[in-house]
Amino acid sequence: MVARAADIPPGEHKRVEAGGRPVALFNLGGEFFALVDKCPHQGASLCGGTISGHVTSPEPGVYHYSRRGEMVRCPWHYWEFDIRTGQSWFDPQKVKVRQYPAHVESGAELQQGPYKAETLPVTVEDNYVVIET
Amino acid sequence: MLAGHKAIDVDVHPVVPGTAALLPYLDEFWRDQVIERGINTLHSQNYPPNAPLTVREDWKKASTVADLQQQLLDPYGLDMAIVTPMLGVQMVFNADMARAFTRALNDWTRAEWLDKDARLRASIVLPMHDPEHAVEEIERLAPDRRFVQAMILVMGETPAGKRQHWKVYEACIRHGLPLAIHAGSSFRHPVTSVGWPSWYLEQYFASSQGFQSTLGSLITEGVLSKYPELKIVLLESGVSWLMPFLYRLQKTWKGVRFEIPWVDRPPIQLVRDQVRLSCQPFDAPPDVVPRVVEMLGSDDMLMWASDWPHWQYDGDEAIPPGMPAALMPKLLRGNALATYSRLRAPAFVKE
Amino acid sequence: MNVIQPIRGKSKPPAATLGLVDVDIHPRMKKPTDLNPWLSKRWQEYLATYGIRARHGFTGGQPPFPKAQPLACRRDAWPPTGGTPASDIDFLRFQLLDQYGVDMGVLNPLQPSGQGDNNNEFSAAMAHAVNEWQLAEWTRKDSRLRASVVVPYDDGPASAKEINLRAGDPNFCQVLMMSRTAEPCGKSRYWPIYEAAEAAGLPVAFHAFGYSGWAMTNGGWPSFYIEEVSEHAVSAQNQLASLVVEGVFERFPKLKVVLIECGFAWVPSVAWRLDQSWKRLRSEVPHLRRKPSEYIRDHVWVSTQPMEDPERPEHILDIMEWIGWDKILFASDYPHWDFDDPLLALSGAISAEKRRDIYGGNAIKLYGL
Repeated sequence: MVARAADIPPGEHKRVEAGGRPVALFNLGGEFFALVDKCPHQGASLCGGTISGHVTSPEPGVYHYSRRGEMVRCPWHYWEFDIRTGQSWFDPQKVKVRQYPAHVESGAELQQGPYKAETLPVTVEDNYVVIET
Repeated sequence: MLAGHKAIDVDVHPVVPGTAALLPYLDEFWRDQVIERGINTLHSQNYPPNAPLTVREDWKKASTVADLQQQLLDPYGLDMAIVTPMLGVQMVFNADMARAFTRALNDWTRAEWLDKDARLRASIVLPMHDPEHAVEEIERLAPDRRFVQAMILVMGETPAGKRQHWKVYEACIRHGLPLAIHAGSSFRHPVTSVGWPSWYLEQYFASSQGFQSTLGSLITEGVLSKYPELKIVLLESGVSWLMPFLYRLQKTWKGVRFEIPWVDRPPIQLVRDQVRLSCQPFDAPPDVVPRVVEMLGSDDMLMWASDWPHWQYDGDEAIPPGMPAALMPKLLRGNALATYSRLRAPAFVKE
Repeated sequence: MNVIQPIRGKSKPPAATLGLVDVDIHPRMKKPTDLNPWLSKRWQEYLATYGIRARHGFTGGQPPFPKAQPLACRRDAWPPTGGTPASDIDFLRFQLLDQYGVDMGVLNPLQPSGQGDNNNEFSAAMAHAVNEWQLAEWTRKDSRLRASVVVPYDDGPASAKEINLRAGDPNFCQVLMMSRTAEPCGKSRYWPIYEAAEAAGLPVAFHAFGYSGWAMTNGGWPSFYIEEVSEHAVSAQNQLASLVVEGVFERFPKLKVVLIECGFAWVPSVAWRLDQSWKRLRSEVPHLRRKPSEYIRDHVWVSTQPMEDPERPEHILDIMEWIGWDKILFASDYPHWDFDDPLLALSGAISAEKRRDIYGGNAIKLYGL
């Protein structure tokens, strides 16, 4: 399943369908990440959430703010997930959003397989994001 | 009931007869101030002297070691008891006067109680008006290892977790003293967040709200995270408020922890590791006590106390009915020994 | 905001066989002047010039503890047509009423309603206008919605007047107060509210929030929003104690109280502590003829959201059992960020019959809907 890479510029995200499921597709500086677009808590769409950074602290009063744009917070209860891994901040082992491998392929490569475009007509000139569901 | 357990009582309240009793422990200036200005009593509204909850009918005399021996230490066969006088030194507004009274109170405790029965240990009552004064008091008394913890009231002037108090907690850690937080107000604020209630019953009740807010402050400000070696002892809190409060806090933390990124472990785990509670009163009917204990999720948190001479139970039903039998060794002794390093070593006096 | 599509198809909780009643929906005005049709010239000008003056330091609706999200709302609740969450009835229908098959929704307007304002007279004028606005903009437009009688609660007689005005109007199903009043809510200054509500057959709801003017904890002001969130439950505990200990339920034996968004896991502990302390201190409060817990069991209802989250799910069942299954009402808190999805809010460990009552049966009985 594919989306046109140019439709999701760096720092942006988009809700797409993959394998019949809603998927949140994020572009982090040219790298694509695909998460099931459903918070594991109460099911809200992560695409409607806030994209923010990662704040940690070695001790009270000290804020280490990094990885701007790489955390998504659910629009409802604000649970934070790492866009790169789908892991929640507060319980990364047990609470996570399912992630699919995503990568970019050219239209020419796609036309030779193995992937089939489910939703978009593919042209040779464009690049496409492929999500392996 | 307690026989054979060598029980340790972590919450005992000697009654200071009146300001006059402190005169020998005040310096000349403050002694004259007491007399010249007519400062006759510092008893606090936290425990109105004649209220039935303050003094159990058969414990009416509670102001000498002999009373404590006859009413509690001997009949209960206690191994040790930690005394914490509840005089209203925290309510005094003048920080210097408060320091003088607090020093006198702690010296009174040492001379009138610790020196008179080897089973006794005591709290260092802290003058929190000025953190320097509190640190100074800890430094002054900590060499006497019969002082086993430092004590503040649950309702202070600013929430206990705030950074201006941290040097006090660092002093506690330096000397291996848990920080005890006892029910009661310093009356800097109404005892509820909606103003002053009409009845003493509401006021007494309000300490359990103070415990929630205070524990919340210690967690969110990062005291528990920054000082994992600090033990917090909640005295006379009622216990059953704890887990419902934490269920809410921890749920909120999952979403807004970005505000307090130093809290990087679930709050309930922090509390289980560092917070201990005395079990008198235990605000739950006997049939649900086992479930409330189960919710704590740890056998290490509860410590037995009589709360003498406060009227929390009748007769010798000193252990809240319904308390699981398997918990007894830890409840009556083990958890206190684990919490108070100073109870584990033989006491010695170093002046 | 790129997500306005529902996350799943329309669906009602299967257990809601007696109907789905959401007792906590927060409608908002599109703009501050929306109340003008029902405000006198004097108060229109006052509102425009001096604004809402709650008992804290900020103006312009800025809360002293900044929320975790703008207006404490779900990020996806901002209507595509513009305006603030829950200001557009069509979008509210789309995202809540139709989406989950809500049969009855109770409106609890929050600021800028003027409740808890420093100026009681202004607060009374605002309350009246907010009530008219609920009728004109909400209940008349959707028969599933019910209004709350917003009252200027720190003025007892003015509140009673507003309640009397609404008595008998089936569009109103309860009286609305905030959980932080200027004094403990059991005090006699508030009794005219309870008297009028009892006479009108309307429950009195305390919704978490408000600024009393006193420190937010009994040991001073906390630092963080996360503490403020906890303190809503803490304040409500003192309010419940005040209602009981002041003898409000002795004086108004038919009064029903609903605690909305205050949490509920603490209610049993409060009841036990009051009982325990009352055993020692009965001589102080001879006006109480029953154990405190009995008043609570008979007179107090709670709403589900935000539901405390025990580590072991069965413990929430214990807590509900201790409160009473007939006293628990479903609430979504739409459009706020801590919204509970009706389909997922209640644990499957709760029997279908009990979920049925929480979703609707209990509210239908309470409000006589």
